[in-house]
Amino acid sequence: MPTVRKRQQTGAAVVFVGPFVVAYLVLFVYPTLKMVVLSFTNAPLIGEGKWVGWSNYLRLAHDNLFLQSVGHTIYFVVLTVIPTTLLGLVIAMMVLRLRGLLQSLVLAAFFLPYILPVTVVYRIWEWMIDPQFGIAQLPIRLLLGHSVAMWSDPLWAMPSIAFITIWWTNGFNVLLFIAGLKNISQDVHDAASLDGAHRWARFRYITWPLIWPVTALVLTIQLILQLKIFDQVYLMTVGGPFNSTYVVVQYIYKQAFQSNHGGYGATVAVVLFVAIAALSVLQFQALRVRPS
Amino acid sequence: MKRFTPSGVALTSLTLLAAALWIFPLYWGIITSLKPEYEVIEPAISLIPRHWTLDAYVYVFANTAILRWYVNSTGTAVAITVLVLILSAGCAYALSQLRFPGQYLLYGMILASFMVPIQALIVTHFVLMNSFGLIDSWLGVILPQLIVPVTVIVYKQFFDSIPKEFREAALLDGANEFQIFGRIYLPMNWGVTTALAIITFIGAWNNFLWPFLVANSNASMTVTVGITQVHENFGVQYARNLAGAVIAALPVAIAYLVFQRRVTEAIMLSAGIKG
Repeated sequence: MPTVRKRQQTGAAVVFVGPFVVAYLVLFVYPTLKMVVLSFTNAPLIGEGKWVGWSNYLRLAHDNLFLQSVGHTIYFVVLTVIPTTLLGLVIAMMVLRLRGLLQSLVLAAFFLPYILPVTVVYRIWEWMIDPQFGIAQLPIRLLLGHSVAMWSDPLWAMPSIAFITIWWTNGFNVLLFIAGLKNISQDVHDAASLDGAHRWARFRYITWPLIWPVTALVLTIQLILQLKIFDQVYLMTVGGPFNSTYVVVQYIYKQAFQSNHGGYGATVAVVLFVAIAALSVLQFQALRVRPS
Repeated sequence: MKRFTPSGVALTSLTLLAAALWIFPLYWGIITSLKPEYEVIEPAISLIPRHWTLDAYVYVFANTAILRWYVNSTGTAVAITVLVLILSAGCAYALSQLRFPGQYLLYGMILASFMVPIQALIVTHFVLMNSFGLIDSWLGVILPQLIVPVTVIVYKQFFDSIPKEFREAALLDGANEFQIFGRIYLPMNWGVTTALAIITFIGAWNNFLWPFLVANSNASMTVTVGITQVHENFGVQYARNLAGAVIAALPVAIAYLVFQRRVTEAIMLSAGIKG
């Protein structure tokens, strides 16, 4: 009986996992391995290439635009990750103070941008910051004394994309922090209030340490996410002005699809893959230490 | 417990102001799409249109292939959603409830898939779809979006948490695995399925990079990509640009507003935080 059961289970399992496994092997495992193989060839996007050993990788070390795109990607990460994490926490605490319908409305206001397609975000902000007619130029003029064509100014292009990205995606962090804050028992706060703990002290010595696992999770999720930036940059500046917003994924796109260097494009992709893989281990660690 | 204190009122006002500012770009985009183009670029700012008009929408429908893009978006996003859920739920059920050779290897590989950024696969996905002859087709858009490891993990967690007694009782009654899956495990998790379906749909509808690469004509172009492909024709016609954007965002905005709680739940689940 047990062996029959076992054989039946294996039979059923084949039907259950079969479709996924086939799709997984063809659409995920094969492309991943093929990417690594391609990175050692000089193949065009479509067609065969010759094995060139490590030369693509050696070339990366002297490829100025690649090195710049790595630098810009890191710059973008610096501009977004920590600010959006802290902002998410602050907004979550502000939202949790409210009750009922007001809370729902305020949360929706902060969250709604997150579900928009990137092209819609682009259309909205293209109009918001239009150098001539954009309404956001009013505060910009107030602060800087003159209008700024953000996306065609090498100084402002990346910070403005970072700002818009935070506006777009911050709702995700707010949700995670709200869930985390709700898990911190009200009793802890009440006890602290009875002890007469000041609001700041309560945050500093109770909320902050207790919420830290969620903070660490949000930080790592954001770090991994923002390293993969492409869409907004491509839509808003196409990597310009003067390549000042060129990022790593765009460089994969450029090499493979615009310059028809499939092999070299794959090499850049492998570099991104290795970076993300290393950080995913970090994310896994962050998840493991979260309180249940 | 709750009392009105000056600092409390100030903090609430600040929160409301911040929320209003945060949502303002959305409001401004929608309002602008309802103005005539000449009013859009008037120096005086009118927070409410002086002349309400649907001209921009009429223009977009008449002069772009937006309806065709809409059909493409709907078709591909629905197909992706259904296929992702079927593939993932089946795989998760086997991983959770059955014993089969290679089980731990498969689960380990699925967990390891988180390490592969989908953006790194654009080159080889394109090569693969080209060898299948699927460039610029619905299937070409759909296939590379079918592997969503997190969906498998979430389903597995939920299947794991169903008490074993249900399964054992059904087995004693002579039910086979497909009946147990279809009549117990799936129905007991409709909530999760709904939540996952909504965010998979939103994700597929919103996806930019892959459809942008693979769909290069109206035959398979999605509306998310399409609304930025008409820039040349429009010039700086902001009302028209924004009308296109509003049309593109409508399904996901509605999906969110209707299923707000499910969307929230699904996001938590995917991030590894159980709500």
